[in-house]
Order: sequence, then structure tokens, then C-alpha cells
Amino acid sequence: MKFADLSEETYFALSANKVRSGLTMLGIVIGIGSVIAMVSIGQGAQGSITANIESLGSNLLIVRPGAQRGVGMQVSSGRGSAQTLTQDDATAIKGTVSGVAAIAPEVSGRYQIVGKGTNTNTSVTGTTPDYTSVRNMEVEEGSFITEQNIKSLSKVVVLGPTVRDDLFGENATNVVGQTLRIKGMEFKVVGITKSKGGSGFGSQDDMVFVPLTSAQKFLVGNEYLSTINIQAESSEIMTQIQADVTSLLLERHRISNPDLADFNVMNQSDIIASASSITDTLTMLLAAIAGISLLVGGIGIMNMMLTTVTERTREIGLRKAIGAKRKDINLQFLSEAIMLTFGGGIIGVLLGWLISFGFSYFNIIQTQMSGTSVVLAFGVSALIGIVFGYYPASRAANLNPIEALRYE
Amino acid sequence: MIEIKNVSKIYKTGEVAFEALRGVSFSIKDGEFVAIMGPSGSGKSTLMHILGALDTPTKGTYFLDGKDVSKFSDDALADIRRDKIGFVFQAFNLLPRTTVLRNVMLPLVYAEIDKETRKKRAEAALRAAGLDEEHFVHLSNQLSGGQIQRVAIARALVNDPTLILADEPTGNLDTKTGEIVLGTFQRLNVEHGRTIVLITHEHDVAEHAERIISIRDGEIVEDSRSHKRRIMHHHEIR
Repeated sequence: MKFADLSEETYFALSANKVRSGLTMLGIVIGIGSVIAMVSIGQGAQGSITANIESLGSNLLIVRPGAQRGVGMQVSSGRGSAQTLTQDDATAIKGTVSGVAAIAPEVSGRYQIVGKGTNTNTSVTGTTPDYTSVRNMEVEEGSFITEQNIKSLSKVVVLGPTVRDDLFGENATNVVGQTLRIKGMEFKVVGITKSKGGSGFGSQDDMVFVPLTSAQKFLVGNEYLSTINIQAESSEIMTQIQADVTSLLLERHRISNPDLADFNVMNQSDIIASASSITDTLTMLLAAIAGISLLVGGIGIMNMMLTTVTERTREIGLRKAIGAKRKDINLQFLSEAIMLTFGGGIIGVLLGWLISFGFSYFNIIQTQMSGTSVVLAFGVSALIGIVFGYYPASRAANLNPIEALRYE
Repeated sequence: MIEIKNVSKIYKTGEVAFEALRGVSFSIKDGEFVAIMGPSGSGKSTLMHILGALDTPTKGTYFLDGKDVSKFSDDALADIRRDKIGFVFQAFNLLPRTTVLRNVMLPLVYAEIDKETRKKRAEAALRAAGLDEEHFVHLSNQLSGGQIQRVAIARALVNDPTLILADEPTGNLDTKTGEIVLGTFQRLNVEHGRTIVLITHEHDVAEHAERIISIRDGEIVEDSRSHKRRIMHHHEIR
């Protein structure tokens, strides 16, 4: 039997019972569609989490203070609030550890900020000019804190877009040059940062920046740092720098047992890796649940094919009588099953794409369709046709023509 | 040319063996119209299956066009059926909801003949079987019993077989329609020189053939020319 004839026979056989073929196909459509949609949602979640972490800055290492924990002590004071890091530590890191591209120490705290008849409570970060490059920050209007500001302890402030909106109104202009009060002291606005997106607690848009020295002298009142941001020259040397910084600070703080360190060095890629492994598991879970519906769809195919073989027993007998070989009958029924699953696969991919597009369109989650999952879905649907069509087809092929012709 | 020599068929179901055919021998020349007649259980169906290459004998030989097909494999038998035999069944066995033309072309699909030739040969076979051209595109379930059996005859003719095997072809038809179908066989025999073997349990039907082989309990009891042969005339067939 020629291939063209085989596909024609298959088409006629399936279209002879459109409702049944359609319903059986629907099982595969839902199965493939949900696998595609779930995987794209999972990958979208992973992508947005990774993007969020990367927006903090690239090749970033963060050093935060943590209270020294004595032997046998179970309780340590909160990470970040302890006072163990100093400007000297930051300078030492910059001076001795190789591969450091830039370093930005910071102190931060929450203060009430008062404008002209408006006020807001937000995070105030005292830092150095390198902060913009280390944390991927861009200035939209005016300028960021300068080296001169640091030296002269200037009372200048750079606003995040959310703070600007809160104090001066939505997208207000001519904000640069105005003054506001932080902790009762007058600060002059010198710049506005570009929005980085993200919302809620810890948004990088809802904060203001002042010179590090000014923050230490006028706001915090001490010389300690709350964070040292380190940018590595490349991602490959990050682990090396992490180790170097750790040993340098241990030495400077005179701590011999690394378990008792009064600081903490976090590596951005570690954070991404652990977040990715969580979303990977999530994606697997979603795909596994969707895979169950695909399996049910496959059993539906097998059920329909077995019914078809029984119904068409006499037809099989006739085909054998007029010269069809075992192989011809086998191929015919197998190709019916494959055409069902493959057709279902195509519609399922479209459906899955539509669902994931809907999720993106309505801003529920930015989904990512990957080519691999589409190719895989096609492969799996054809495979299901072969697996679940094999038994019915071989049952048809093995029918004895004499008995099949007599079948009532 | 068909030669059956000492053919036996034994069916075994568990311990019990049943001998459906006991050493049957006969030969049929090209262009003959033979009826194989016998009551149910006589072994005529078993003989039909062996003649039609649907089954092989337990003992004996079956020469079809000089080839001994009695030891052929399943696939080789399928090729023999495809190339040398045309079947007409009592229950017609047309594909449901399928056009007349597609039904008749079906054997040629397995012979891997190209589409245009298939259509030409199917149309020629339908004309030879006496079906009006207007019915060619009709679906098989839109036809009357007599028309359906003519489509089935056309399907048996389309592969230009050595032998047309008709198994109780009038069994599901009323007497008048049955006569017309038998007339069609006679015309194919006389005008087209087709070799036809008709299997039946009815004497009236058998008498349309020129030779009658009577079979009973797996043995041939009589092999003679039809005594009072019924010839259908052209105007009766149409």
C-alpha cells in the first residue's frame, strides 16, 4: 500500500465518525495543551524571578553584618542590623581582593521625609557614586551622588520615582533643585533615578539616596555600614572573590573559626541557582500533573481504537480477502491512531500557546514558550499514538480473515 | 486452470478432530462456470476457503495457474488473493458510507496501481457488472440489494482475476433480483470468458452454472454437466 493511499484511507476512516474522532482527539488536545501551558508558565515564573534577582546588579556579591555567635549560643541578633562592618573593611576589600570591579558601601534606615505639605516614610540609603554601576541603577534626571558630595558631607538627595510621585505628585517635573526635610534637616534634590519596576516592600523605586558620609554623620550617627556591595569583573571569578572576601574579613575581625563569622557574604548566582531549582521543581510538578491528563487522553485513543477494530471486523476480513497483508492492516490502524494524536497535538500546541499568551496578555505572569516544549509535545503525541494504537492495530492485523468475514 | 488433488482439511478443537474435507479431487478449466453445491456442513465452505486461498489444506495439493499454493505463507496467500481471485460474498461486504467507485477501486489500492488507472479499471468493471453510470458516485448505502451485489461483482472483477468465487451470492436477495445477479455471472462467463465458481446450497441456483459438483460430508458425490441449465436472456438481466 502506498503512503498516499494509506493517508487517504486513514482520513476517510476517521471522517466517517467525526464526533467520536473529535472527542477522542479532545483528550489529547487537553493533555498536550495543558503540558505546553504549564511548562510555559513555570518557565515564565523562573524567568521573572531570575530577572528580578539580576536587576539588583550583575555579578554582585553582598556583604552584610551578622552578630558574632559565641560557642553554645543559639540566638544571634538580626542580620543586617549588627554593627560590625566599617568603611575600612570596604577599603581593604577594594585594595587587596583582586577581580573586584567596583565597590559600594551603604548604610540604610527608614526615616520620615517631609516635602511641601506632603510626607512619606521610606528607606534612605547612604552610599557612594559607584552604587549606580554596582546595582544597575540609572539616573533619569539630574545627577547621582558625586565624590565631591561625599568629601564635603553635602546635604543632597537623589529620589526614587515612587518617592517623587508621593512627595511632588505623579510624574512631577522641576523636582530637581527643590528641597525637602529628612529627620528635620533640609536636603536638596539633585536627581531622580529611573524606574526599575517591582512593587511592594523593598521596591527599588521606593527609596532615596544621600552621600554615605552625610548619612553616617547626620542620620545614623555612627561609622558602621549596613551593606557592602561588591561587583566582580566576571561571573566566573565570583566564587573566588567570595572566598577571598570571607578570609580577608575573618582576618581583619580576628575570627579564627569561620562558623563564628560576624558577617555574611552572599553570592548573587547562588541566590539565582536556589531560586531556579525551586521553580524547576514547580515546573516539573505542573508538567507532571498535565502529563496525567495526557495519559488519560492516550487511554481514550486506545479505547476508541479497540471499539473501531471490533466494529470493523468484517471490513478487516474483506480487506484481507482482497489482498491486504498483516502489515497493511497494522499500518492502517496504527496510522489512524497516530493521525488522531498528531492532530490533537497540533491543536493542543495552539491551545497551550493561547493559554500562555492569555496569561501574559492579562499580566498574570509573563510566560515563556520554548521551542523544545513544542517539539517535545509533537514527539510525545506521535509516540502516544504508536504506544496506544499498537495493541488495537496488532489485534486487527492478527484477525483470521475467514472468521472476520463471518463476524456478526 | 485449477487443479485440486486429494485435498483434506482437518480441524482440531482440543482432543476432537473433525475432517471437513476427505480427499477431494477435481479440476476446473479456464472459462468454466462451475457450481459447488451441498447442504450446510457438507464442507463446501471449507472448499471455498481453500479455493479462495483464505486457508490451506491439511493434506493434498492445490494448483492455481500452475503454482502449488497449498503450502504458501499468509503473506504469499494474500498476494495470490490480490492477483488471482475475486470474491463475491452473500453479505456483500461493501465499505459503508463509501462511494461505489472507491469500493470497487479498493483491491487495486493493495496492488499499488496508480490512481488514474484504478479509476478507469473500476469504471470498466462496473459497466461489465451492469451497473448504470449514474450510480458510480453514489454511496454504498444508497443502493438496492441487486445494485449492491453488482458493485461487489465489479469489485471481484477489477483485479482481472483467474477465478471469481461467489459464496451464496443470491442468499440475501429476493428471487427476481437473484436471477438478475446470476444472469450477470452468466454474461461475464459467456461474453468475457470469466472462470466462475459458485458456491450454493440451492439446486435452482446451481443450475445456472454449466457444471455442478455436489459435495456431501466432505466428499464429492456427483460431478456432472447441468441437466436442465437455466440461461438468463439479455433482456431479463437488464
